[in-house]
Parts: sequence; structure tokens; C-alpha cells
Amino acid sequence: MNVMMLLEMANSAFPDRIAFTNGATGETLSYSQLFSKAGTRAREIRASDSNRFVKLDVSSLVTPLSLFASGWAGIPYVPLNYRLTDEEIMRLIERVKPATLVTSEDRINSFQNLEGLEVLDSSDLLSHGGEDESLENDWDMDPEEIAVLLFTSGTTGEPKAAMLRHKHLVSYILGSVEFASADEKEASLVCVPPYHIAGIAAILSSVYSGRHVVQLPNFSAEEWIRLVRKHQVTNAMVVPTMLKRIVECLEETGATNAEMPHLASLAYGGGKMPLPVIEKAMALFPDTDFSNAYGLTETSSTISVLGPEDHRDAVASSDELVRRRLVSVGRALPGVEIQIRDDEGEEVAPNTRGEIYVRGEQVSGEYEGRGSVVDSDGWFPTRDAGSLDEDGFLFLEGRADDVIVRGGENLSPGEIEDVLMTHEAVSDVAVIGIADEQWGESVAAVIVLKPSLQVSEADFQSFVRERMRSSRVPEKIEFWTELPYNETGKLLRRVVREKLG
Amino acid sequence: MPTLKTGARLKSAVCDGEIMVVAAPSGDVDLTCGGEPMIDASSGESAGGDIHPDHAVGIAMGKRYINEAETLEVLCVKAGDGGLAADGALLLQKDTKKLPKTD
Repeated sequence: MNVMMLLEMANSAFPDRIAFTNGATGETLSYSQLFSKAGTRAREIRASDSNRFVKLDVSSLVTPLSLFASGWAGIPYVPLNYRLTDEEIMRLIERVKPATLVTSEDRINSFQNLEGLEVLDSSDLLSHGGEDESLENDWDMDPEEIAVLLFTSGTTGEPKAAMLRHKHLVSYILGSVEFASADEKEASLVCVPPYHIAGIAAILSSVYSGRHVVQLPNFSAEEWIRLVRKHQVTNAMVVPTMLKRIVECLEETGATNAEMPHLASLAYGGGKMPLPVIEKAMALFPDTDFSNAYGLTETSSTISVLGPEDHRDAVASSDELVRRRLVSVGRALPGVEIQIRDDEGEEVAPNTRGEIYVRGEQVSGEYEGRGSVVDSDGWFPTRDAGSLDEDGFLFLEGRADDVIVRGGENLSPGEIEDVLMTHEAVSDVAVIGIADEQWGESVAAVIVLKPSLQVSEADFQSFVRERMRSSRVPEKIEFWTELPYNETGKLLRRVVREKLG
Repeated sequence: MPTLKTGARLKSAVCDGEIMVVAAPSGDVDLTCGGEPMIDASSGESAGGDIHPDHAVGIAMGKRYINEAETLEVLCVKAGDGGLAADGALLLQKDTKKLPKTD
């Protein structure tokens, strides 16, 4: 197995179709161009001493080219987060040498003359060669070879390098995408960063389905809206903070309808979606199907999906248990199993909170230099907390490490946040545990109020007391103008905790 | 007949068909296309001979095929006129469940 095989099939079925368009520059690559350039680059990589192919740059046509050329050459592709500091980047590069680094022109000088590092200019990688050459499809089909090394964000200590083998990525694609299922007119707008697993998955599943990808390298709501209209985009994937910005941007223009009837499907994931945002989005995009996906780097992207039918059923239902599924991440994909376990590792009953475990062909759970954290039966502990309802709908409750332990009682920050979010004056909220002499930990909340609304700490405390057990009432509440998020929409609780002191 | 290795690419001896092994049972499997044993895709041999009339359903690119016990699964990477069989029993086409597009 090799991810190159997916491109080979696309190239033989529809060679002249446009595969990728850089939304910022308008440059394009057809499947045959992508295929032949990948082959040429692979030969060069093989001729070098590199064991890794590292990319440090925003999304561009070089992104899919690097992924496939690495697979063809038989070395791992390592996309790095270009938002890290130079020092952090240098530490990661030290870990993957000897390597070839492809980066933007303005960064090249920072990495020149390092031993074991060959530096290439992104634009050169794309411009020369790759036409009219006879190539042999000589990539390795060993399913155990590593396709991608992805550094996870690492909230504590050094980032971990998650290893995704060709078998994990190919299994994910074969299990979730029908080959050549996309119409030539379909286009997918991709705005997730290239160093994120969702960015890798988007390349592979679009290629296998034959769907044209339009890349948006630097997200802004205005640019997203412009590209969706310009390229008559049919599919898009966003993180919750992006959807919030898109909704706000449309509302600022006074729109009650986004007027993008061609946008058939809008998927979101990567963080918790506030209920008001998704409800507004569904009203603004009446012709669009919404899907919510949940997955991790270590699971080769999506493991559960809340599909369009689930969204509509939830909105239309009078049953509170069905309605609340709108904030769930849906049910496991075929071939994926999900379990919730308690601290002792025992599976818990439905609607009981615990740690999410997952099993399936696409699950890697392996880190370079640290081995596998998958148990002997194939189960991977996600470190995410959650619960399953009777019908298998999965509800996320934050990271297992975020649980607040107050006097021996486990409290879920998500549960308290959900209650506070229902208050009309609240725009955003984070609940965390802070050190407490008496209880070990106590509940603290940071609230972002809606413009020109004032509510006191005491009012919020009684609001929670009326709705939850008294142990859940925040003992400390601060009011901030905004909360810290990373670029994929994950709340940075660590930063909140530090700032709260 | 050797055991099948996951990831192995095989081609038909009698048509253009080519497959990749996605999952294979332990032990020997007699995998045929068009009624003739499949051969290593990298071998220089080219297709010749006739497709057996009972093994002529054809295979389509991108479709997955499984045996009755679902212990063997292959992916067709090149279409052909022959049909696949394992130990004499024709393989069945596996459906990909239609999923909402999420990435």
C-alpha cells in the first residue's frame, strides 16, 4: 500500500481534470501534472541523502506535491507548523535530519549551511521538470512504511511525532471515500493548515474522489466567502472559530441568506461548536448539508461523523435527547469502534462520562521514539473525555486532563460551559480548575460578555446554582474581552489557566 | 500457491485487470482472475490466453472485492474483463457506505 496508488488511480481515470488550485495565486495542477511532477521530485529525493522530506510553508500546490513525492520516494513527509518560533522549528528539524527542507524564499536564509539539511525554494520545486518524462511506478507497496510524521501540538513538554503509516492513511481513504465519486464540477475549499491531519486527509480524499481542491492559504472570512463564490465551491470544511467568523461577516452585511446555493456540504470539526453558531449557520445556509467530524492526528483524521440527516433530525425533534445530538460529534465511521472507559479501564454504561477509546485499521497511536500506546487488543486511548448515548452518538467533554477534581468529585468543564453559554449575555466562556486549599481544585470561569451587556459575578453564580449541583458553581469569575484559541479553533486552556494565575 | 501479503499488487494473466491486496487470511489462497492464477504486477509477463466464461464478470477500478468469509479483501486498481475468485469461489463486490463528505 502507498498513498501514491491513490494518485495513480486518479491519474489513469481523469488525467486532465484540475486537481488543485491555489486560491491565492490562481495557479493550478491537473492530476497528470501532479503525478509526473511527483515522480520527478521522487527521483531527486532518492538521489539525495535525505531520510525525511520536510515542508515549512503555507498551503500551495507544493503541499500535495510534497506529500506524494515523499510517498513515491519512500521517505516520510513532515509538514511543520510555520507559526512556531524559529527556535522551536530548529529543534524539530534537528529531530528529523538528515532531511530535505522545502520552504518559502524569505525563510531560506535561516536554514542555510546546516549539516544534514538540504534546503529548497518552494517555487523551484513546482516550476521545473515533470513533463514528458517516462516514469516507472516504482514506489514501495510495503504497508508498514511511514507516510507522514506529524508533530502534535504538545501542551506539555516537547511535541510528539505521530507516525502515520501508508496502511493507516490508505485504510482511512478506502473505508470512507468512493473512488471517482465526485463530479467534474465539484470543488472543495480547503482552509485547514497543511501541517494538520485534516489538511492531509483533505488532499487524499479529494484526489481519490476526483474532486477539485481550491486552497485558501491564509484564512479570513472575507476571502473564504469570495473563493466559495468565485469557484462555485460545493464542499468545504472549517473549524468552529472559522464558522463563527463567516457567520459574523455575513451578518455584518445584513445578509439573512448566504446565497451560496452551490455549497452542498459544509463540514466542521476540530473543536467544540457553540450551539448558537451552528444554529445561525444552518439558517444562513438553508441549501447546505452540515456535517460535524471528530478525529485525531493519531487516528488518521475522522473517526466519527454527525451527518446532515442527524442535524435535521435533531433540529426537528421535540425530544430533548435527540435535540442535544446537534452538539454531538455523531457516530463512529464504518470499521471504527468507539468505547468509553472509566479510570480503571472498564467500559462504562451509556450516558456516562469517561475517556474515549478507539480501534480500527486507520488508528496509528504510535509516536517516533516512544512506541505505540495502543493496547494488545488494538484500542487507542485518545485522552479526550466524552460519553456515548444509547444510539452510539458521541459527546465530547474536553481533554481527560481538563477534568476538575473538586473534593474527590470529577467535574466536566464542558458541562458547566454549556450551561453558562445558555445565558443571554454570554458570548464565549471557558471553565477551568484552579488550585484550592480546601478542595484541591475549585471551579473558575472566564466569561466574554456580548457587547454592551453587564451581568455581575453573583448573578452568574446564581444562574448556575439554579441549574446544576452547587459543587459546579464557579467560585471565581473573570470577565475578558476574548479567549485564547489556536489556529484550528481549540481553546488554549493552559493559557487561560496561566493568565488566571 | 503462496500466501497473500497485504499491500501486494497482482495482475491478471488473461486481461488488463490489476489489484492490490487490502486484507488477506493467513495460509495459502489460490487467487485467480478470469480463471487463471494472478501474477506479480512487477513481473514482465503480459496478458495472454482466454478468460474462462465462468470468470468473466469483469472488475472495475476503485471497487473492493471480498470473499464470503470476508477474510480476503482486494482493491481493483486497473479495470479488466476477468472476474476474481479465491480457491474457486467468485469474490463479491463490497459496498462503500455513502458517507457525508467531511474532509
